[in-house]
Amino acid sequence: MSKTLRVGLITVIAAFMLAIMPLPDWAVEFRPDWVTLVLIYWVLAFPSYIGVGMAWLAGLLLDVSYGTLIGQHAIGMVLVIYVVHIQHQLLRVASLLQQAIVIFFLLLIKQLLTLWVDGMLGREPDNWLYFMPTITSTILWPWLYLILRDLQRKFSKVKPYQY
Amino acid sequence: MQTLFIRGPAVTIRMVLLVIASITLMTVDHRWNSLEIVRSTLSSVVYPLQYTIDLPIQFYYWADEVLSTKRTLLEKNREFEARHLENRVQLQKLDIIEKENDRLRRLLGATPKTTERLLIAEIINVDVDPYRQLIVLNKGGNHDVYQGQPIIDAHGIMGQVVHVNPLSSTAMLITDASHAIPVQIDRTGLRANAFGTGKIDQLELLHLPHNADIETGDMLITSGLGGVFPPNYPVAAITRVERTAGEPFATIEATPLAQLDKSREVLLVWRNIPQPVILHTEDNKEKAASSETEATATDSGTADTTTETDDEKPQESNKPAAEEDNSE
Repeated sequence: MSKTLRVGLITVIAAFMLAIMPLPDWAVEFRPDWVTLVLIYWVLAFPSYIGVGMAWLAGLLLDVSYGTLIGQHAIGMVLVIYVVHIQHQLLRVASLLQQAIVIFFLLLIKQLLTLWVDGMLGREPDNWLYFMPTITSTILWPWLYLILRDLQRKFSKVKPYQY
Repeated sequence: MQTLFIRGPAVTIRMVLLVIASITLMTVDHRWNSLEIVRSTLSSVVYPLQYTIDLPIQFYYWADEVLSTKRTLLEKNREFEARHLENRVQLQKLDIIEKENDRLRRLLGATPKTTERLLIAEIINVDVDPYRQLIVLNKGGNHDVYQGQPIIDAHGIMGQVVHVNPLSSTAMLITDASHAIPVQIDRTGLRANAFGTGKIDQLELLHLPHNADIETGDMLITSGLGGVFPPNYPVAAITRVERTAGEPFATIEATPLAQLDKSREVLLVWRNIPQPVILHTEDNKEKAASSETEATATDSGTADTTTETDDEKPQESNKPAAEEDNSE
């Protein structure tokens, strides 16, 4: 178990690094929401270990590294992970496409929340590219899911839930 | 032990609490700006990641330096020497002018000019919120960096520090949509505020009337009002002035002179706020009086004293300051 958790931690750290890695100017607006996606996977895999508390902490760390208001990413993260957490049994048996659709709407809500806060601060972006991360994340989800599942299976002796 | 069914209410309660906590944190952070401790604590977790991300880029620069040939180095060196000589010659003149300026100011009884201390900081190559113009620097609270500290590069003002962490700091560029900098047009002395637009190469001057004396190509320098930026640093050049009839104000755009998206290194500026003038030993009395007025009086009070000394000057311009004391 601890080995799998370590793998989980490493993937989350990797997600963080991808989230702050410098990208060329044309690509920054397409950056997927790495941290949220990876967290969603690990919540689905180990719902009794990883929950909203972890998500909140990850959100705060994202806020600090992005220079946004403390809590701005955290609130969306908590809501997304909450829904995934209470519905994990449903989501696990869903097909990758169905999962992707659910995740699309969850991430859309998260992005709208962030937009709402930005709007209240008077610095709302003026183009539709703002919702690009939601789309790229959704497209990325099936691949990320398969990669993380392989990683998890490789490093865990005890098989987690079979699905 | 893994339970098949997770206790629902507990999770919901935790979620609600965390959402409330987030909203509280956001409010406190925005209204009172008093979460710097939380921010710098959390940032010490993030800093290793930022550092790691930056490593390959630093390695690239390092390799570039190490692998450059002797000839290019020599060439570079020669070029720098030549430029150094040029700069030295110009500095000589400046030195004399500065001394003269100091002397004149002392004669006028004006406060000496502020001096500045500089420190080079490197930009850590990490991305932040794409809709804001922020950069992360590799100097922080351990190097006496403070919130609101101006940063400049070789060409002009870049921005100011907004968050200070022990080992790093976050700075906002002057083009950030929520940034404004008090400026002055160096040709006319007209004062204005230059607002960021969110575009890396554009500033905006708002609320200037149609008849404001301003032209394309004018230089904007910091006015020093507001106390954040030191005065007389170049900021931007006016690129567009449009006076649309029917609009209350003119549309004025400017391009920052600092290389906001190209710089690798920036300079952090510390301002030494000058002490009240210390003239000569004889006029201690006046000194005390003047420092008192400076400390307590309003603008009009200080203006009065300067005009007074101004009036006296022409007649006894060569006399030492002791005379001044007597006449008062």
